[in-house]
Amino acid sequence: MILKTLFSQLFTKPATNRFPAKYMPKSVLGFLGRVQAGKATLVPPVPVPPRFRGKIAYRREKCIGCQLCIRVCPAKVIEFLPEAKKIRMHVARCTFCAQCVDACPVDALAESPDFLLSDTDRSSPALTVE
Amino acid sequence: MAETQNVYEIPIGPIHPALKEPIRFTFQVEGERIRGVDIRAGFAHRGIEFMAMKRNLIQTLYLSERICGICSISHPITITLAVERAAGIEVPPRAQYLRVIYSELERIHSHLLWAGVAAHELGFDTLLHLTWKVREQVLDLLEELSGNRIDYALPIYGGVRRDVSPEQTPKVEAMVRYYRGLLDELLDAFLRDPSVEARTRDVGILTSEEADSLCAVGPTARASGLSKDVRQDRPYLVYGELGVKAITPRDYGLEPRGDVYDKAVVRLLEVAQSLDLIETCLYEMPEGEITSFPKVPALLAYLKKVEGEGLGWHEAPRGEVIHYIRLEAGVEEPIVWKVKAPTYSNLMSWVPMFRDQEVADIPIIAASIDPCMCCMDRVHVVRDGSPATVLKEDLLRLSRAKTERMVGGSRLSASGPRSTAHGRRTTDNGQRTPDHGGGL
Repeated sequence: MILKTLFSQLFTKPATNRFPAKYMPKSVLGFLGRVQAGKATLVPPVPVPPRFRGKIAYRREKCIGCQLCIRVCPAKVIEFLPEAKKIRMHVARCTFCAQCVDACPVDALAESPDFLLSDTDRSSPALTVE
Repeated sequence: MAETQNVYEIPIGPIHPALKEPIRFTFQVEGERIRGVDIRAGFAHRGIEFMAMKRNLIQTLYLSERICGICSISHPITITLAVERAAGIEVPPRAQYLRVIYSELERIHSHLLWAGVAAHELGFDTLLHLTWKVREQVLDLLEELSGNRIDYALPIYGGVRRDVSPEQTPKVEAMVRYYRGLLDELLDAFLRDPSVEARTRDVGILTSEEADSLCAVGPTARASGLSKDVRQDRPYLVYGELGVKAITPRDYGLEPRGDVYDKAVVRLLEVAQSLDLIETCLYEMPEGEITSFPKVPALLAYLKKVEGEGLGWHEAPRGEVIHYIRLEAGVEEPIVWKVKAPTYSNLMSWVPMFRDQEVADIPIIAASIDPCMCCMDRVHVVRDGSPATVLKEDLLRLSRAKTERMVGGSRLSASGPRSTAHGRRTTDNGQRTPDHGGGL
């Protein structure tokens, strides 16, 4: 029976989604540059489910500076800015449990579907939410 | 004496390609036969219990999830049961059903993971890829329900954080149907395959007497014919009403021998059992609240007032897991948190399992108890009879002192290059560098 599955596998599409390209490019960054220039097409990632827990979205104007998110965050992602009474999040440390979203009393925090967060610099603007 | 001279010692591990996690075996080998084994654990200790004593209970919950990446529902469920028992928190019925659904989903993905690893250890990589391809379905469903593919962050004290919505119910049903249709193929690939049978039958035998006297738990004990399952013996959540029965190879019409084959039988049949439980829960689940503390600040305030101790137990995919917690009023952090992971109980069953086996069977026998070293490793440092702890701050200070010493050492003459190059500050070179004599 396993042989039947194996032979039929030869004629079906692979189970793996070939993100970002069908064949591994020599340089991923170079490939992404070509995609931006419109010279290559990106194989899209598998769509995320509706309530996916991605990078935390922060609405600064709603934040009241109560620091509840800081109290519940297990990874100590969130830094308090005392002058502005707002927060700054270091996403590189985030474990995506979204407990801060549950704790926030004014809905200033939300789960976003962003998950392509790799970076070579852990304090880059893309990984700092404020 | 001539016989003992033929016995050689082979160390395997702590880091070895055949082992997925660090542990050291020292085998006494006579030719190709293993005559004895010495096991040394403790290489993956992370001090998680101690870390919890510096975090409040909600942070500890997510720390407990990281004890094991595979049991990332079992550990949080067990700690919530312990804290709820200590604090006298009632869990709404719907949340109890949801917890059962989540933990059975975890059992399916854990057992399929094990089946793939076992096939890989046998050298049957085709089966590994087939099993893990099939496993994606349950991971996709968990991602759909929790929002995360792994480390689901679902249980919370007093309930669960996410409901199975009416739109998601058909997806759960579809997953149950998918695995039901596939189960026969999996049983066929694992249990009726002559090469798998040749490599696993009568390999790594643990008799029921040995399993009983060594207190083996989970599928390891059940494969030896012991009817031992926490869900059956000490029911919790709604497992009592669901009437879970421990699965042994007898359910497959086999007399239990306790070998690797029987362990595969038990795990694959438990996948079918979990599918039944999920389906029953989905239909019997009452409507209602999913947590008794919808507001996080109220939960934190309530937990801060709690004084007492609690024990939580749960049948994780690998066996029984126990958490003990002690809380003090006015303190947010747990005073004591003790975790007993299933591998801790199963470790000693390796000794009879390895006896008189071949060296080539070491990987599959080691994998057959589904070991998880980092879950299990618990170390208490005792130096000169008195306990000593090294905090993160101390390590940071030591590291900075080392850098200073190395930078300073490069400017020094050749009188002390050895101590600076190795950067080891022990009592013997402490007299050479008296300026760093403080600290530990």
